[in-house]
Amino acid sequence: MASAVDLHVKSPDDIVSSMSPHLYGIQRVRKETEDTFTLELQEKSGRHKLSFAPGQFNMVYVFGVGEVPISISGDPASPVLVHTTRAVGTVTRVMSKLRRGDMLGIRGPFGTAWPVAEARGHDVVIVAGGIGLAPLRPSLYEVLSHREDFGKVVLLYGTRTPSDILFREELEQWRARFDLEVHVTVDRADSGWRGNVGVVTTLIHKAPFDPQRTVAMVCGPEVMMRFAALELVKRGVSAGAISLSMERNMKCGIGLCGHCQFGPFFVCKDGPVFRYSRIKDLLTKWEI
Amino acid sequence: MPTTTLYRIERGAIDGIISSLRQQHYTVVGPTIRGASIELDELLSTSDLPVGWTNEQAPARYRLIKLPVESLFAYTVSPHSWKRYLFPPILRLYSARRNGRGFDLINSGEGAPGSSIPDAADAVRPYAFLGVRSCDLHALFMQDKVFGSGTYQDHYYQRTREQTWIIAVNCTLASGTCFCASMKTGPKASSGFDLALTEVITEHEHYFLVEIGSDRGRILLEEVDHRPAESAEATKGEELIENASQQMGRSLDTENIREILYQSADHPRWDVVAARCLTCANCTMVCPTCFCTTMEDVIDLSGARAERLRKWDSCFTMDFSYIHGGSVRSSPRARYRHWLTHKLASWIDQFGTSGCVGCGRCITWCPVGIDITEEYRAIRETYVTNTATSSTKEANDGNA
Amino acid sequence: METLERILAEHQFFKDLAEPYLQLATGCASNIRFEPDQFIFREGEEADQFYLIRQGRVALQIFAPDRGAITIETLTEGDILGWSWLIPPYNWHFDARALEVTRAIALDGKCLRRKCEEDHNLGYELLKRFAHIIEQRLESTRLQILDIYGVRS
Repeated sequence: MASAVDLHVKSPDDIVSSMSPHLYGIQRVRKETEDTFTLELQEKSGRHKLSFAPGQFNMVYVFGVGEVPISISGDPASPVLVHTTRAVGTVTRVMSKLRRGDMLGIRGPFGTAWPVAEARGHDVVIVAGGIGLAPLRPSLYEVLSHREDFGKVVLLYGTRTPSDILFREELEQWRARFDLEVHVTVDRADSGWRGNVGVVTTLIHKAPFDPQRTVAMVCGPEVMMRFAALELVKRGVSAGAISLSMERNMKCGIGLCGHCQFGPFFVCKDGPVFRYSRIKDLLTKWEI
Repeated sequence: MPTTTLYRIERGAIDGIISSLRQQHYTVVGPTIRGASIELDELLSTSDLPVGWTNEQAPARYRLIKLPVESLFAYTVSPHSWKRYLFPPILRLYSARRNGRGFDLINSGEGAPGSSIPDAADAVRPYAFLGVRSCDLHALFMQDKVFGSGTYQDHYYQRTREQTWIIAVNCTLASGTCFCASMKTGPKASSGFDLALTEVITEHEHYFLVEIGSDRGRILLEEVDHRPAESAEATKGEELIENASQQMGRSLDTENIREILYQSADHPRWDVVAARCLTCANCTMVCPTCFCTTMEDVIDLSGARAERLRKWDSCFTMDFSYIHGGSVRSSPRARYRHWLTHKLASWIDQFGTSGCVGCGRCITWCPVGIDITEEYRAIRETYVTNTATSSTKEANDGNA
Repeated sequence: METLERILAEHQFFKDLAEPYLQLATGCASNIRFEPDQFIFREGEEADQFYLIRQGRVALQIFAPDRGAITIETLTEGDILGWSWLIPPYNWHFDARALEVTRAIALDGKCLRRKCEEDHNLGYELLKRFAHIIEQRLESTRLQILDIYGVRS
């Protein structure tokens, strides 16, 4: 974890501040769905290495437009920095038009991580909804790279329609593995779809894992996470063994601007990954 | 009876102190009259202080009133607080210049030509704060924690704060909105200052008691005329401070406040205050501990040069909590509740103390006169009543 | 080879059902198999049976002229298919179609219905269980309608 650094910089090469970004070049742009895209980035100077834990995010800066928090969606073992995001606002819409060779500013990584180490010796259940699969993908990579350390590994993924499915090729590869159980479902389908239809929470009660020795990681829209957590608890998983990734407005990413407060917690430093037991009472309060 | 050594100085010595600090290249800032209120600005001598003025403060009311004496510190807090110097309302974090398809960061303190916005990389401008009330001193301690105790810190704040002189002033009167006594943040400054002054005006005399709080404070005091205070003089000072303590316009019971507020998210009082609150953000602007900011990216007309500015922000703004499509706290009710709960309760979990120093500014400067002490009292009363009722019920059930 | 009675007894739906009722249900049960794309029942048809899916997948569908057949939910192993046999006017509201080879236990709803009228205790036990299923389906459907993955424009 980066330590407290000095803002008094002498030259552009000497940028070590937590509010000043490092420059990254776009190596590759991949369109995932209609509104979601993935960027593969490489740091420009060659002198800064970003190592992150699954679940963490960066503050990504687009020159002259603004900065947004985006979860890292790539493999922690890879030198390439990967971000998958949806074009929903001013900054991300401009970002979606960038091409190979364009540059972004990156500050991070910030935030708490998925409890992958803690899951060793346990069954792992990953429940992803929509774009929530992106912040969870790094933890799946990490689990698969030490597969023998974990029990059953189950990925439950729900999204709106078949055309919103992310990482399609990878999902097929994962599905083909014998040591990984993958179930995909959509909320609504057209006539061509022969897969599951129904909300992702319905996949939980049948998934093959032992609730007494399971670590669950859930990410998606807040409503989906709430209901998924309830289903997991109904199944017998303890609230402390379930982790969620929360999202709030962020301006600094480092606990100083106040925007990301969720009750007494700062999502950027006490989260974004929270244990369900710690936040379950806050989740049901309106406008917290 | 006072136990620390107090000295006595006259008004001229304070001018000497200001002079000495200025010679050492410190910018002395303190209260001064601007228009119809007192603000903080640079002081060249004691004549720049609000000499002979006091203030009357009440919910949504602030008036300056002339006194028949040449007092220097006979008022309380102004709408300005010291955070504006350590934590400026606008600060440039960095600039960037387009370079081909990418861009370079420029961090050498180079602002746009003619820009007066301070830059995060600027050399420290050393300040001397003259006239810091105990409540404001505690506010500085709180901001020290906010900006200096996390993994990531505000170094502009720290660099500036480190060098800043604090010449505190113990209040000898309280205003209608003060409640520092309840919050245990005053009226007497107990630590964290270089020098602390208490102004004593009697029928025949006008002098200042000085307490030394640091080595450099001692050295500064040696430069001006001073002598040890007599026991009667010290006692007089204590009396005046005690007077201020008794005069407090308001009070706030902090017992169990965290638990009470956390349990009161659905209290009907929030609807009552929401019907009045304009979400104008005045309270957060005048509050000496509020620290929320936003980042603004500006780009020049040619599109070649961009700047990232940090600006004061307020949790009362409509899009403070905006995430894809809507704000989490869109109702005024939710926003007021967030502010009060953060200030009085969540702050304790985040930083170890309350976030409120009892300065009363939010009460005075609220255009509709919302009183944080009154709002909390209403909530507390219900909680206390309900708890008493349920424990009585339990006791009775036990006996049934 | 497992007997029908054991299969039913072990299923969540029939758990804690009194022995005589379980035997009654077994008496109304039979094994059944559906080929891929075979219709299990059609909208409007009389609802005489319900099914306990043992293997395979079933799509609940509605046909709209402009959109074709739309799957509103898929059911799999362990799920109970069909409750319209218990509630007047006893007609199916949707189409049910096997998506792959599907093996199920079919229960004679008409027969059970008559027994429920005769023995209200049996009726209560079955309705209690179906109420639970309907509640779960309703909650899931509500979440589906919420369109939680959508973005407000």
